[in-house]
Amino acid sequence: MPGDWKDLPKDLVARFDALLAPVLQRYPPDRKEAAMLPALRLGQELFGYAGPAVQGLCADRLGTSAARAEEVASFYVMFHTHPNGRHLVEVCTNVSCCLAGADRMFRDLRKRLGLAEGGTTADGRITVREVECLGSCGTAPAVLLDEKEMIERVTPEKLAKIVEGLP
Amino acid sequence: MSDDVKILTARWGKKDSHTLASYRADGGYAALEKALSMAPAAIVDEVKASNLRGRGGAGFATGMKWTFLPKDVRPRYLCVNADESEPGTFKDRYIIENDPHMLIEGIAITCFALDIHLAYVYIRGEFPRQAAVLEAALAEARAAGIIGKRLYGKADFDLEVHVHRGAGAYICGEESALMESLEGKKGYPRLKPPFPAVVGLWGKPTIINNVETLANVPWIVKNGGAAFAALGTGKSGGTRLFGVSGNVKRPGIYEKPVHYNLKRLILEDCGGTASGRPIQAVIPGGSSSPVLRGDEIDVSLEFDAIKAAGTMSGSGGVIVMDDSVCMVRVLSRVAKFYAEESCGQCTPCREGTPWMEALCEKIESGHGVPGDADKLLDMANHIGGFTICALGDAASMPVQSFVKKFKADFERHIAEHRCPHGDAAWGVSQDSRDAVIGGMRS
Repeated sequence: MPGDWKDLPKDLVARFDALLAPVLQRYPPDRKEAAMLPALRLGQELFGYAGPAVQGLCADRLGTSAARAEEVASFYVMFHTHPNGRHLVEVCTNVSCCLAGADRMFRDLRKRLGLAEGGTTADGRITVREVECLGSCGTAPAVLLDEKEMIERVTPEKLAKIVEGLP
Repeated sequence: MSDDVKILTARWGKKDSHTLASYRADGGYAALEKALSMAPAAIVDEVKASNLRGRGGAGFATGMKWTFLPKDVRPRYLCVNADESEPGTFKDRYIIENDPHMLIEGIAITCFALDIHLAYVYIRGEFPRQAAVLEAALAEARAAGIIGKRLYGKADFDLEVHVHRGAGAYICGEESALMESLEGKKGYPRLKPPFPAVVGLWGKPTIINNVETLANVPWIVKNGGAAFAALGTGKSGGTRLFGVSGNVKRPGIYEKPVHYNLKRLILEDCGGTASGRPIQAVIPGGSSSPVLRGDEIDVSLEFDAIKAAGTMSGSGGVIVMDDSVCMVRVLSRVAKFYAEESCGQCTPCREGTPWMEALCEKIESGHGVPGDADKLLDMANHIGGFTICALGDAASMPVQSFVKKFKADFERHIAEHRCPHGDAAWGVSQDSRDAVIGGMRS
């Protein structure tokens, strides 16, 4: 059955379990389901995206239904239910960032990558999307790279260089 | 003189200020030691006397909130709100980056005062670096025997503090949605009452306070509630962090008395607009707060005073716009944010916010027809106040205030069938990207 967590690579599932165990310690023993957000994040990191298989795995380990896992995975913008490019470039275009030129920067970036509407480059290298306020208003504009590195006071030139350098 | 008191930013910019060693060298955790020698009720009394009010946006009296806990129900929980997602707000992250132990000490004192043994810091998913800094600081505090089994060596008091990362949802900064998210669900706000202090996390009494709110607690315990109250005015004590962004010469975080003047903050501290052009408008407390015209900014930022001026100081996020900015474009972007972040639970907000966004965009692009501005206002009037949580209000207030205060701008778009600002809709881009953090260049 496609999307069944039992088809996921066994070694990665074992790794998932090993990494999830200490996370579960943070919540009361009868409230395992509270670990849904960290579990989905972990699954996403190990398996690439939080699709049905990862959702099923999280639901199984936390003793809840796959529907609940899907509900959570589809609610939060940082969970990706479909695969992205190898790198995710997220540009904040909220007010403070746009007052510092973010809209033009975002438009230029898409143009350079040939992605008029955003999305993923044909070679699967980069996914570009617009995001809401990243909490860097005083150091605007801001870009979040791979949901890990916040790049602040970005200029169009600096962003072009960073994006060019992504493998 | 009192303008110079620095409580939260005193150690920012110091080398290794985020480490336990640095915090201890500056007298850190002395307040916790003092608190442990006090009766828990006496700590609550000091916080009440301090006139500390919630720094997350609502400005509710912190000591008062703490007294809402029912006396005989255990366990109780503490949730620390580090979800900071309101556009224009960027203060809690700097507290965590620069002085995480100050927050941990505040958490520890609060938990001791309220007989809480388990606390969660809910930090937004887009702050991985800040989450890591906080985790490292918690590990240091645990290893040093400050938290964990036997709080600061006190035999009969255990305290565990955990970080829980969000995953990108503005709504999870709303306290009941935050608890839902912490329970592993999507962030749908709960009906209130019952309030979280009575029925909260996993149905148990829960106190939810903002990062900045709790970071003030050590200073209050050390110096007394009266000293904190004296820094402010009326029913608001202390200093607070104002984050200024947009078209100003020196954007950044400024720690000022809670009743500091908005005009002075922008003109004196931030050096006025970067372009030197006149200030057209100011959003004084995060994007949901009603906008002020440039000629209305000579007001105190104190919660009650600014409320009397028809707006709010909310989360302390001040966004400044000079006269080259298209206000319809700004409202269009703000409306898009709320449409994007509406959780979808209540019909007026779920359906109404995208319609407001669409109509704003229609006007901005020059396709508006006479009467559209009033229609926009009418939509907003049917969302605010008709939803479970405050997001409906948050989405309506900018629309109501922008249309009311900049109606001519809307009418001009409609009459001329175009944006009068053209390509420069966002104004001249900011030349200086240097930010001022706590009065210092970072």
